Amino acid sequence: MALSPMRKIILHAVLILGVAVVATPFFWMISTSLKTFVESIRVPPTLWPETLNWGNYAEVFRSMNFGVYYKNTIIVTVAKTVGQLMLCSLAAYAFARLKFPLKNFLFLMVLSVLMVPSQVVLIPKFALMRAFDWINTYWAIIVPGVFSAFGTFLLRQFFLTIPGELEEAAKIDGCSIFRIFWNIFLPLSGPALVSLSIFTILASWNDFLWPLVVTTTDDMRLLSIGIASFQGEYRTNYPLLMAASVMATLPILLVFVVLQRYFIEGITLSGIKA
Amino acid sequence: MTSAHASVKKRRMSRLAMKEALAGYLYIAPLVLGLSLFYILPALASLYISLTDWNGFTSMNWIGLDNYANLFSDDRFVRSLRNTFVYTIIVVPIAISIATVLAVMLNQRIRGVTVYRLIYFLPVVTMPVAVAMIWKWLYHSEYGLINQVLGAVGLPTPMWLLDQRFTLLSIALVGIWSVFGNYTVILLAGLQSISSTYYEAAELDGAGTIRKFFHVTLPLLTPSLFFVLVISLINTLQVFDLVFMMARDSNMIEASRTLVYSVWENAFQFTRMGYASAQAWILFILIMIITIIQMIGQKKWVHYQ
Repeated sequence: MALSPMRKIILHAVLILGVAVVATPFFWMISTSLKTFVESIRVPPTLWPETLNWGNYAEVFRSMNFGVYYKNTIIVTVAKTVGQLMLCSLAAYAFARLKFPLKNFLFLMVLSVLMVPSQVVLIPKFALMRAFDWINTYWAIIVPGVFSAFGTFLLRQFFLTIPGELEEAAKIDGCSIFRIFWNIFLPLSGPALVSLSIFTILASWNDFLWPLVVTTTDDMRLLSIGIASFQGEYRTNYPLLMAASVMATLPILLVFVVLQRYFIEGITLSGIKA
Repeated sequence: MTSAHASVKKRRMSRLAMKEALAGYLYIAPLVLGLSLFYILPALASLYISLTDWNGFTSMNWIGLDNYANLFSDDRFVRSLRNTFVYTIIVVPIAISIATVLAVMLNQRIRGVTVYRLIYFLPVVTMPVAVAMIWKWLYHSEYGLINQVLGAVGLPTPMWLLDQRFTLLSIALVGIWSVFGNYTVILLAGLQSISSTYYEAAELDGAGTIRKFFHVTLPLLTPSLFFVLVISLINTLQVFDLVFMMARDSNMIEASRTLVYSVWENAFQFTRMGYASAQAWILFILIMIITIIQMIGQKKWVHYQ
């Protein structure tokens, strides 16, 4: 059922309109980030800066601890992702492949976490962090985030699809349970592990409410919190605010574009976005 | 002889089974303990705190259901509930409609499907705080791109975020922009899983494009639509970042305070932890009721292949 050329043109026209709606804000962010303040408030506006004012980017680093926010965000994102990959894959393997009493009950318990909105646990979790004396430390931002019911569910679904023959053969050869997990299951699970990593990287990079609650000092801020507080101080200097936004979003968007195939597979596999 | 052999084998098996069970517990232990400590126990603790007057510092006093009773005579809370509903009622149907149309279009035999899909998805993965900043600038009443364009063609130029009649609507439009790509991807996956035999059968019966859409595509897309509806309601009812960023510093929060904003504000601005916990539980109960209603309602409109 080939489409008529007219139909194709109409389809592309609508789809391109959608692209314009999505792309315009991004374009305007980049364009504004390279304008001088004076040019940014010109009426009518210039579509693209007359001269590219890269100084805004340097100014962002001068006027706030942007380098520190960057470092913090990267540390937190990497730690959470590595932690989730280890804990979730081990647990998912056990739930998918090992037999032990109360397995179904324990798995239901894990799933029940998915039902509870994060705001419900916000206050007691905050009180716990204070009791541990973790406020304004990496621990508070990282540790609760490495335990993921979603990640366990996602990887379990994947492990269930791996055929049992390989495992049986390894068992007969006297392979230990851990070696079966490590040498057989993990190497076969590349796509699922990458897709969980992207979910975690994005969620962690973009997170706002939790780091807002557990950090108060400037040296512990993440990019999201840094930008939010920057807004308060420079509320009218949009070229600076846009330069900060470009730097906070572009790296992660690039990571996404490179790995998106796995991510979209992950969405189709799990049906859920973290 | 044979029975001795069998019993040795059985003992060996059970030792293996024991080993396997031990490994199982060992592998799930970190996760289960962590989830218990940071999610399950806090969820229960939050229910308890909601029944106290805890301010976060001094001791807790049990006050029964007082917090819940006070909620509904608290104008601010009632308004935040209303705002949350209004926001959800704007975002969910519009975002899902746009996503359905785009997904159906992307499911045609055309070039560039993966590129379109990728571009539509970009807002979904962009930091909400940055999204809010970009849109604040676009909405700027004097120098924002939107009003510059509207002004140039002689259309009215509203104050958008700064006009309390439009604050919530303006934020909702950003909410739609941020999520429709996510639903498009899920619905497209649903469409791609529809077996082509249904279309072939419909064509044999002489069905045209429109009939095929309403009698084949839409009914068979209902499981995906149902799924999207469930997650979009859950996520939209929890809106926080956009409201925090776009309405807080301009005193427009009265016109756009949502439930989660109210939870955060009561807990961390007014240190009313008990009261905030009660609000969080209202949110939880609300989400559960809405999800259960959908689970029951789906029997009426969701068709499985």
